[in-house]
Amino acid sequence: MNGAAAPQTMTPPARAAGMPPTFYRIGAFAISLILVALVILISGASPVTVIGSMVGGAFGTADQIGRVIATLSPLLLCAAGLVYTFNAGLYNLGVEGQITFGAIAATWALRLLHPEGATASLLPPPVAIALAIFVGGVGGIAWGLLAGALHVYGRISEIFAGLGLNFAATGIAIYLIFGPWKRPGVASLSGTQPFDESLWLGTFGKTEATPVALALGLIALLMTIVVMRNTYFGLRLRAVGRNLRAAYVLGVPARRQLLSAFLICGLFAGVAGALQVVGVFHRLIPNVSSNLGFLGLLVVMLVNFDPLWILPVALFFSALNIGSLQLPLSLGLESSLSGVIQGLLVLFALLGRGLAQVYGRKPEG
Amino acid sequence: MESGQLFIILATAIASATPLVFACIGETITERAGVINLSAEGTIMLCAMVGFVAAKTADNVWLGFVAAALVGALIALVVAYGAITLKQSQIAIGFVLALLCSDLSAYLGNPYVRIPGPTVPPRFAIPLLQDMPFIGPLLFREGDILVYAGYALIGATWFYFYRTRGGLTLRAIGEQPAAAFARGHNVIALRYAYTLIGGALMGIAGAAFSLDFKAGWSYRHTAGYGWIALAIVIFGGWNPLRAALGAYLFGVLQSLAGVAQSTVPNVPTQVFTVAPFVLMILALVLTSGDWLDRLLSYLPVNVRRSLARIIHTAPPAALGRPFEQD
Repeated sequence: MNGAAAPQTMTPPARAAGMPPTFYRIGAFAISLILVALVILISGASPVTVIGSMVGGAFGTADQIGRVIATLSPLLLCAAGLVYTFNAGLYNLGVEGQITFGAIAATWALRLLHPEGATASLLPPPVAIALAIFVGGVGGIAWGLLAGALHVYGRISEIFAGLGLNFAATGIAIYLIFGPWKRPGVASLSGTQPFDESLWLGTFGKTEATPVALALGLIALLMTIVVMRNTYFGLRLRAVGRNLRAAYVLGVPARRQLLSAFLICGLFAGVAGALQVVGVFHRLIPNVSSNLGFLGLLVVMLVNFDPLWILPVALFFSALNIGSLQLPLSLGLESSLSGVIQGLLVLFALLGRGLAQVYGRKPEG
Repeated sequence: MESGQLFIILATAIASATPLVFACIGETITERAGVINLSAEGTIMLCAMVGFVAAKTADNVWLGFVAAALVGALIALVVAYGAITLKQSQIAIGFVLALLCSDLSAYLGNPYVRIPGPTVPPRFAIPLLQDMPFIGPLLFREGDILVYAGYALIGATWFYFYRTRGGLTLRAIGEQPAAAFARGHNVIALRYAYTLIGGALMGIAGAAFSLDFKAGWSYRHTAGYGWIALAIVIFGGWNPLRAALGAYLFGVLQSLAGVAQSTVPNVPTQVFTVAPFVLMILALVLTSGDWLDRLLSYLPVNVRRSLARIIHTAPPAALGRPFEQD
């Protein structure tokens, strides 16, 4: 850089004079909050009123808290699954399609077990529901492995294989909803005929939150924490993610590791899709994934792929999603403000990380 | 199919593909310089909204395009800063921006949903060119100024890429940045510049939707087009002519879907709106990857060579990698 003036310095002056790395991270976080306030001001509202309305919308009543938990459960599953693909160095944007296809598979299972017009399902309802969740998981695995096979064997970018399969899964769902599985009478975007009430997943009181979904989400997260921290499998996955070639040369079965990551993520996403069907919507709808897969990607990016921090961040993001639903009702604003807040937080976390790496003072030694 | 119907299909395809042409050329320029701008989905959507609002507020269509180009370049600046200066994952930053800008367009564009606004002035014909048989009326009679601007952009980009010194440098900083740097080119500054130019073109693509080909603004107005533009760039093998061809091919798929809607009654119509996206990505899957290589190995050697030259495409060697100057 200024080589003639200080030929002996090994580190550029900017780095020596830099602030501690945390300074940049906190600074970036502060900027993201200022930008959130700015966006709210541009829309002609007061940030204080809007935040107040969102907090009320998320935690005001038992019903709303129930909805936050109902959003949190599938989000935990997706985020936990994405920990595997991210650590393997993969951007699994196909997670949305894996949720959708899991939901389709679960709906298919329930339609077989309880044909339209039948008075009772062929199996006792709890068994039928468990089976549907299982089939949903298998469906998610199929869709995940399809993206994995395209990536590993066909050398297609996993990003575009995943996006293509997202479009395809949505296409299949729409075809089924408007075609073979259409409601008697009129087919509509509101989805298929709702299942018999005996096949609905039980909830906490009268809220939308289901204990089974929450338990599955927490189990998936716990399992992921243990696997990533304490197992050889987790270590090999990280090795593949850091340097695919080196890991392969050192004897890690790289293809199998990559496909396993797709498989586990597909499984969790497929279960999440099945839970959306049996626990939340009670039918197949076109947008059954509700963007939870993409939200999961944001969560895992924000925690820098470390599963330990997923629970608080996912809870916060779920609260934002539900809280923002209050905005159109109380203030006439659009509910996508939650996405703006989430996006700004993650964007500036990434930029803050970069600033700390490039300009931050290195620890002594 | 009679020729009249074919004509209508192609004419519709050219019109509906024009915004994508701008987006695909923009992304091709950016990626050729070695930077991936994955924010296309959000950039196009936010710029569609900004372009519409600016044009409506100023009551001037062209100001809408200027505003959209500026916002597109601004988003690209964030990508460039994060990717080039801070050396963070370009995929991560682009993806977050794709989601963020989509939501921003929905939130800030809420008061402008489904209201009338200015549109690009009526279509006109180019005198001499429109008299060519079949091609004349198809390409030069019904088109509006953006369609013609699209043709010009394709030609100019191709010329710049392969016939000028600047284009040679552009390709060099995406393939061999260290060598380009050694020859005295400022790789960092050039990558910034081409990322911003690409972003501005994507912004114009957004405004082309909201001010012309899909006039107006509504929630998630351009959903899906950004992702498909990114896929088309790969399908196009990072070559402006092939990328433009990909965009027009997507247009053909869309207008065919429109025709099929009325001729295949037992498939629900909604399927046809998703089908072009699925088919386009399927085309990408079939043309990239090594499936075709395996098929080609069954052919005689001389046929194989010439076919392979057409099919084979490779991304710029330094695509997505930050450049270490010292």
